[in-house]
Amino acid sequence: MTGPLFDITVAVARIAVFFAFCFGLVVVMTWVERKGAAYIQDRRGPNRADIFGIRAWGLFHPFADALKFLFKEDFIPDNAHRLFYQMAPMFSLAPAILGIAVIPFGPDVTVMGRRIALQIADLNVGILYLFAVSGMTVYGVVLAGWASGSKYPLLGGLRSSAQMLSYEVSMGLSLIGIFMVFESVRMSQIVAGQGGLLFGVLPKWGVFVQPLGFILFLVAQYAEANRTPFDLPEGESELVAGYHTEYASFKFSMFMMAEYLHMVVGAAVVGTLFFGGWQFPYLGDAGFLFPGGSAVAVPPALVLLLRIGSFVAKVLFFAWLYVWIRWTVPRFRYDQVMRLGWKVMLPLSLLNIFVTGLIMLLLKR
Amino acid sequence: MEAVLFILFGAIAVCGAIMVVTRKHPMASALYLILTLFAVAALFVLRQAHFLAAVQVIVYAGAVVVLFVFVIMLINVPEDRLPVERATTMRVLGVLAAGFFILESAVLARRFSMPKGPAAEVGTVETVGRALFTDYLLAFEITSVLLLAAVIGAIALAKRKT
Repeated sequence: MTGPLFDITVAVARIAVFFAFCFGLVVVMTWVERKGAAYIQDRRGPNRADIFGIRAWGLFHPFADALKFLFKEDFIPDNAHRLFYQMAPMFSLAPAILGIAVIPFGPDVTVMGRRIALQIADLNVGILYLFAVSGMTVYGVVLAGWASGSKYPLLGGLRSSAQMLSYEVSMGLSLIGIFMVFESVRMSQIVAGQGGLLFGVLPKWGVFVQPLGFILFLVAQYAEANRTPFDLPEGESELVAGYHTEYASFKFSMFMMAEYLHMVVGAAVVGTLFFGGWQFPYLGDAGFLFPGGSAVAVPPALVLLLRIGSFVAKVLFFAWLYVWIRWTVPRFRYDQVMRLGWKVMLPLSLLNIFVTGLIMLLLKR
Repeated sequence: MEAVLFILFGAIAVCGAIMVVTRKHPMASALYLILTLFAVAALFVLRQAHFLAAVQVIVYAGAVVVLFVFVIMLINVPEDRLPVERATTMRVLGVLAAGFFILESAVLARRFSMPKGPAAEVGTVETVGRALFTDYLLAFEITSVLLLAAVIGAIALAKRKT
């Protein structure tokens, strides 16, 4: 294959594979959520959908759900602004998936004599791109709340815009420490920087050099994704279903897909920034090199597999953590959310920057 | 390729900006404003000003327009009660001024040619950061003091009882 054709093929293939990964995981996560909720609450969960009598632990339920959403009546309330009402689910879904573009799924691989990054775009602005994209998600919620022409969605939309703006501040500030330690905002360099060792024992992962930053970022991310305990915009005990009360059929399922995409992409971001991305502990290019001095040689193909597998495992774990927390922690009251955002998270993230700077200055001496 | 993209995004930016001022519904104006901001960010990317493009989207599309939308939601004027806007003297003058501005830019544009070839790496995070904290440190610090004053002012205004 010639140059430009090869490049285009690679670009299209990467986008197709990574998007398929995300959407596939969304399908699995809807099942994991319902099954996980069931087991946490000591139930069995969905297990009835079957194909030719094969039930497979309810794994066919997501497909049954999708079919149901597709064939339900698609209606628009009389009071709604027709155009904006229909645009809102798209505004919700599109930014949710865009974040995956800067996540490296693995190290560079060589195919047919060419180096290929397992990343859609290694942008110079890296994480800033993630912030830009996640800043867009608020429009879907706000537009849905406002365009529905009904009171509960409006309240949900108002809540969410205030909440998202508040937590975006601490989300941005909680990552400054990571920029300082790894001296870059480029995703590939942050992952490469996490390959070393800390004190000769621990892998130099973001979570070990920035423990406070990790907690702050995780909390801010849950608030941004509108997941429990921060699902005030749709708090069903007060607002029926919040911003998507008036939505049905496939438009509703687009909101659901956006929520699960947020979980998947968010899990990928946390795994990349704080848990080494595709780095496997103690695994170098040639094989394992343990702190004691013992080394185990590993063939390059296996190294690649282990690294991609390590990334996928991190994504799966953090996606599961969303489910775990949702069914463990009750929802906050609205004033508690605001107080936590401005009076706890913000000062702590500023303190984190200050302490990180101080330690780096002392270590340089 | 770059010229094609430039014309495409430039056209989107200009059309979006025209729509912002001509749409009747404020929410439509706000959404077109987002479109324009994105198109301008794309133009920045074409000139290798990655940092500027990211900040443009984060600050303007991600925060400022959200506040606009917030206000539109809170006021929430029904569509049949939106104020009817008439052609006043101010509007005619505004159109005349816009025409004059376009002519002026055309004259100016003839003097400066668009730089040929790929742009230099001046807009990356590293170069902008270095410039900001060395050559422009004083301006940077003064801006931060200005922002601090604005924050304190906002709190003082919000705390005043009616």
